[in-house]
Amino acid sequence: MSDDRLMVQAEQVRKSFGRTEVLKGIDLAVRPGEVMCVIGPSGSGKSTFLRCINHLEKIDSGRLSVDGHLVGYREKGGVLHELRDREVAAQRRDIGMVFQRFNLFPHMTALENVVEAPMRVRRTAKAAARQRGVELLERVGLGDRAHNYPAQLSGGQQQRVAIARALAMEPRLMLFDEPTSALDPELVGEVLDVMRGLATDGMTMVVVTHEMGFAREVGDTLVFMDDGVVVEAGDPKQVLTDPQHERTRAFLSKVL
Amino acid sequence: MPVRHPGRWVGAAVIAVLVAMFVHMLVTNPVFQWQFMVDNMFSDPVLTGARTTVIMTILAMVLGVLLGVVIAVLRLSPNPVLSGVSWAYVWFFRAIPRLVLLFFVASLGALYATYDIGFPFDTQLMDLFGFSADLRFLSLDGNQIFKGFLAGLIGLTLSEAAYMAEIVRAGIQSVDPGQTEAAAALGMGRGQIMRRIVLPQAMRVIIPPTGNETIAMLKDTSLLIAVPVTSELNFQLRAIGSRTFQVIPLAVASILWYVALSSVLMAGQYFLERRFSRGVGNRETRAQRAARRADQVGTA
Repeated sequence: MSDDRLMVQAEQVRKSFGRTEVLKGIDLAVRPGEVMCVIGPSGSGKSTFLRCINHLEKIDSGRLSVDGHLVGYREKGGVLHELRDREVAAQRRDIGMVFQRFNLFPHMTALENVVEAPMRVRRTAKAAARQRGVELLERVGLGDRAHNYPAQLSGGQQQRVAIARALAMEPRLMLFDEPTSALDPELVGEVLDVMRGLATDGMTMVVVTHEMGFAREVGDTLVFMDDGVVVEAGDPKQVLTDPQHERTRAFLSKVL
Repeated sequence: MPVRHPGRWVGAAVIAVLVAMFVHMLVTNPVFQWQFMVDNMFSDPVLTGARTTVIMTILAMVLGVLLGVVIAVLRLSPNPVLSGVSWAYVWFFRAIPRLVLLFFVASLGALYATYDIGFPFDTQLMDLFGFSADLRFLSLDGNQIFKGFLAGLIGLTLSEAAYMAEIVRAGIQSVDPGQTEAAAALGMGRGQIMRRIVLPQAMRVIIPPTGNETIAMLKDTSLLIAVPVTSELNFQLRAIGSRTFQVIPLAVASILWYVALSSVLMAGQYFLERRFSRGVGNRETRAQRAARRADQVGTA
């Protein structure tokens, strides 16, 4: 049964693309306020798992719940019923997501990107949404860029706008899919700083990343995935300095 | 010393001579009847004709775009019946020439004398239950609908929708799927994502070919001679030409009318394209330009 005290609970989650099984029975739990970092080689299934959490990918079997509610399904009389598009959309409102390629809306200014969902989805009044939007942009250090279009911003600035956009929906959980992998090295720090601030404020976060320094310093848990399974999970400092598993050791020796 | 380009100079000289000969011909050949042309070009029937042509272009494009969007959305449907029907529509109407389609639509009055709107297979179903009646609400006279302006509008709209469907589909598919994902992750619904995120970005790809389609449509209204639509511009000018035996002046008048009307559309297309390229490249926006000017005034 789902544990109500967990923000994310995955039990034996499986997912295949055609004949390739990319998730082979994932068990993971994220407590409220926890920062979980997920590392692993490319193709290990870590991004797919993250996308399952807000139902951008549909799981094939197992159970996955967020804040005590099954993702994408309703359980009635022991049978799982798929949720309608409208209900799935409602579930996603409380889960923020930040993408590797930012995915800002290029035809809207930074502020318009941030206020779009609150106004259209939450029906927040324009004035209130804009005020909150400016606050969020200031929080990520971009108060003076509110009226710039994404193409006029650097990669790091775009990703910070994307974080502000996700925060505007007041999510209870934030998912980060390799948020700094598409950035020039000198721009990585500004994005990680914003994420560190979020963690300090108590946001529950699942972060797929290659930034070992960030994982060690900010993460409460570090998960190493390989070939669709969780190989090792635990305290980041311990996993990074004293990995118990051979595959973890092999991976870390290549990236550290 | 800069590099010399004698070839270019020779070419330019040849062209200049040809242009001079052309202008000389226009001025000296009496068949052109310039004064007669100008007098007739703006006569009442011709002005009415120009109005009909413009109205037909606008209506056929508006209806064609609307029907085209519907067909494009059907084409992208996961349901094979919906996408199959959409594919067949586009295949069929792109395969037939507009002139042939217009001839056919104009003769639909001969297929059925009346066109009834009602319950499908009503007489067969009523027979099955032992009644002899029908379930029809509206009866239209085929010879009345499929003639003149309305027949022309139906033909051009059906044809245009097929082309627009392909243009809209290409536009929708040109938008990065990451845009839909990002919007979905924010909890936006399908319709909202399409209206607010995908279509505005697809517009950048859709507008230029739609502008070309509009200009093509303006010119293709001259095909309405197949219906015929007698109040249309080219028909009117030709009528005057045949009546007065002055074919050339009226043919030239026709050319000038279409050049003028097309030019107006081309200008409109330019401004529309600028509007929908917002956020592309580093072009300064109006608000930003205003802010920069204000700064300059402040420091001056």
